Amino acid sequence: MKKDIIIKTTDLVAKYGDNIVLDGISVEMYKGEVTVILGTSGCGKTTLLKNILRMYQPFSGKVEIFGEEVLNLDDDQFNEILKRTGMLFQNGALLNSITVYDNVAIPLEQHTNLTREIIDRIIKTKLHLVNLDHAVYLTPSELSGGMKKRAALARALALEPEILFCDEPSAGLDPVTSADLDKLIINLKNQLNMSMVIVTHELASIHRIADRIIYLHKGKLLFAGTLDQAKKSGIPQVEEFFEIGSF
Amino acid sequence: MSKLSIKDQTLNISGKIVIANITVLLKDFDHKFGKEKISKLNLKDVEEIDGAGVSFIETILDRNKLTSESLENGNPTIMKTIEIFKTIKGESAVKPVPDNIFVKTGDNFLSFIKQIVDGLYLASDTIWWSITGIVNKKGRRKGSVTEQAIAIGLDALPIVALLSFVIGFILTLQSGFQLQKFGANVYIADLLSISIVREMGPLITAIIIAGRSGSAIASEIATMKVTEEIDALKMMALNPIKYVIVPKFHAITLTMPILVAFSILISMGAGLLISVGFLDVALEVYISRSINILAVKDIIITLIKTITFSWLIVIIGAYYGMKVTGGAEGVGKATTSSVVTSIFAVILADAAFSLIYL
Ligand SMILES: Nc1ncnc2c1ncn2[C@@H]1O[C@H](COP(=O)(O)OP(=O)(O)O)[C@@H](O)[C@H]1O
Ligand SMILES: [Mg+2]
Repeated sequence: MKKDIIIKTTDLVAKYGDNIVLDGISVEMYKGEVTVILGTSGCGKTTLLKNILRMYQPFSGKVEIFGEEVLNLDDDQFNEILKRTGMLFQNGALLNSITVYDNVAIPLEQHTNLTREIIDRIIKTKLHLVNLDHAVYLTPSELSGGMKKRAALARALALEPEILFCDEPSAGLDPVTSADLDKLIINLKNQLNMSMVIVTHELASIHRIADRIIYLHKGKLLFAGTLDQAKKSGIPQVEEFFEIGSF
Repeated sequence: MSKLSIKDQTLNISGKIVIANITVLLKDFDHKFGKEKISKLNLKDVEEIDGAGVSFIETILDRNKLTSESLENGNPTIMKTIEIFKTIKGESAVKPVPDNIFVKTGDNFLSFIKQIVDGLYLASDTIWWSITGIVNKKGRRKGSVTEQAIAIGLDALPIVALLSFVIGFILTLQSGFQLQKFGANVYIADLLSISIVREMGPLITAIIIAGRSGSAIASEIATMKVTEEIDALKMMALNPIKYVIVPKFHAITLTMPILVAFSILISMGAGLLISVGFLDVALEVYISRSINILAVKDIIITLIKTITFSWLIVIIGAYYGMKVTGGAEGVGKATTSSVVTSIFAVILADAAFSLIYL
């Protein structure tokens, strides 16, 4: 069965000043799959996500999301694409001055014309999904690091995105919460056919959730393929990554 | 597309129950079946459902006081989605209710008292460590006083100079031409000397420093607090007051008098330009009159006043920095409060000092 491509980059080059961080990355990600981006810290994983989502303008190359070349779209057109995606930032990026409830409410109030009754229920459902029922009316500063992340995930899920981007979702979470999060990711994938692009280093988590692996190394694409292929890829760095976890 | 119909108290839902459709669905429902009694929901023809769709189904169930047992014929995938995305009743936190006005007023009063007590504690700690810190330089970074003196004092020179010049200029123009009407031009020197040395110099400088350095002190300490740097210092067995506040305290105590002296000279210089240029006052007369009118008492009180202002600024800034709560937004609030409070305190203290001059 041929899978639908949902995100595709072609020769993507990204720079900070003169420092080339991504050097010609061409990858494909598929609908309904969990794609895990791997690589040592500082190798450009966050940069790749941000360039795909136009938070930084790529130096050169092409990015397609939902089959549209996003670099050619004007802001309004691109915003329509953004409404169909959600992003969990590395540090959560909740708005600090308002409660968790209001943070999740923002996209629902701004981008839909749902009634208060439904919005209220959606917010509570999303926060229940991430086990934050008790923290609904707290402000971000009253949350721990892991709770902030989960609240941010609830916000990213508010508009029922078709693609969810997660930047290190389980960093700072305990193994139990992290396993719950993986369960949620699998549920979202299976029940809602959501596509996910996830940066993570947690081997246990990768084994549970990953369909496809993208391995970046020094700005280049070192490997792209399924999880099983990755384990037997014959590429030293990639195999080493999977071995380190299994002393 | 999605559709609703009703038969024998059973609501038949068909099509896609997804976020894009449910506003229309709910309106449709209210319009057509809002008053009908419903005891069952038939999901046989539901093709797709998402999280928001589950919320829609739950809303309908809730309104009719039904449970998920009244859902019928949904295919397993749909039923599983509903199971995953349903809200669990009664587990959500309750929305906190705001206190009534009496409770609030009482709370505010108590917290005001507590603030003053806390502020005094911090002030006494700071002053104590600053005095002992003159001899015992342990527990703070080398060169930190110089660094702070540059940040608080030297970097503020241009703005203090500019504003002092402008104020001296305005003061001379406004009062000089009034005096000229009475032919009392020469008294401009006395008038400027008294008002600038006693009042304007220290006050303007203090207000500039409160806005510039007081805010910087508050935001720096508040940032250190929210990013756990203060806790880290404590864990290294260092006293945050000694490490962070004392260098600022020493620096501001040293530089404020210099800044004030500088401000006074510039203002008087501006006055001199106008007086000699436009009010026919001789240069020697201006200088000698403006020096002779001053008593030693004036200089001493100005010095004490200046140091008091500087201490108010540094302690209020440090206090708001230390008591910051919350994250990044707390830093902004702490900075604002510190500037407002220190300007208020400086003016209040100034009023107290004017009584001493009498
Ligand atoms: N805003 C920035 N300005 C300059 N350099 C940056 C910036 N963000 C990241 N970098 C650099 O780009 C490289 C990749 O960073 P990043 O994509 O955040 O790595 P990671 O794979 O850990 O997410 C790093 O070497 C980092 O120093
Ligand atoms: Mg990163």
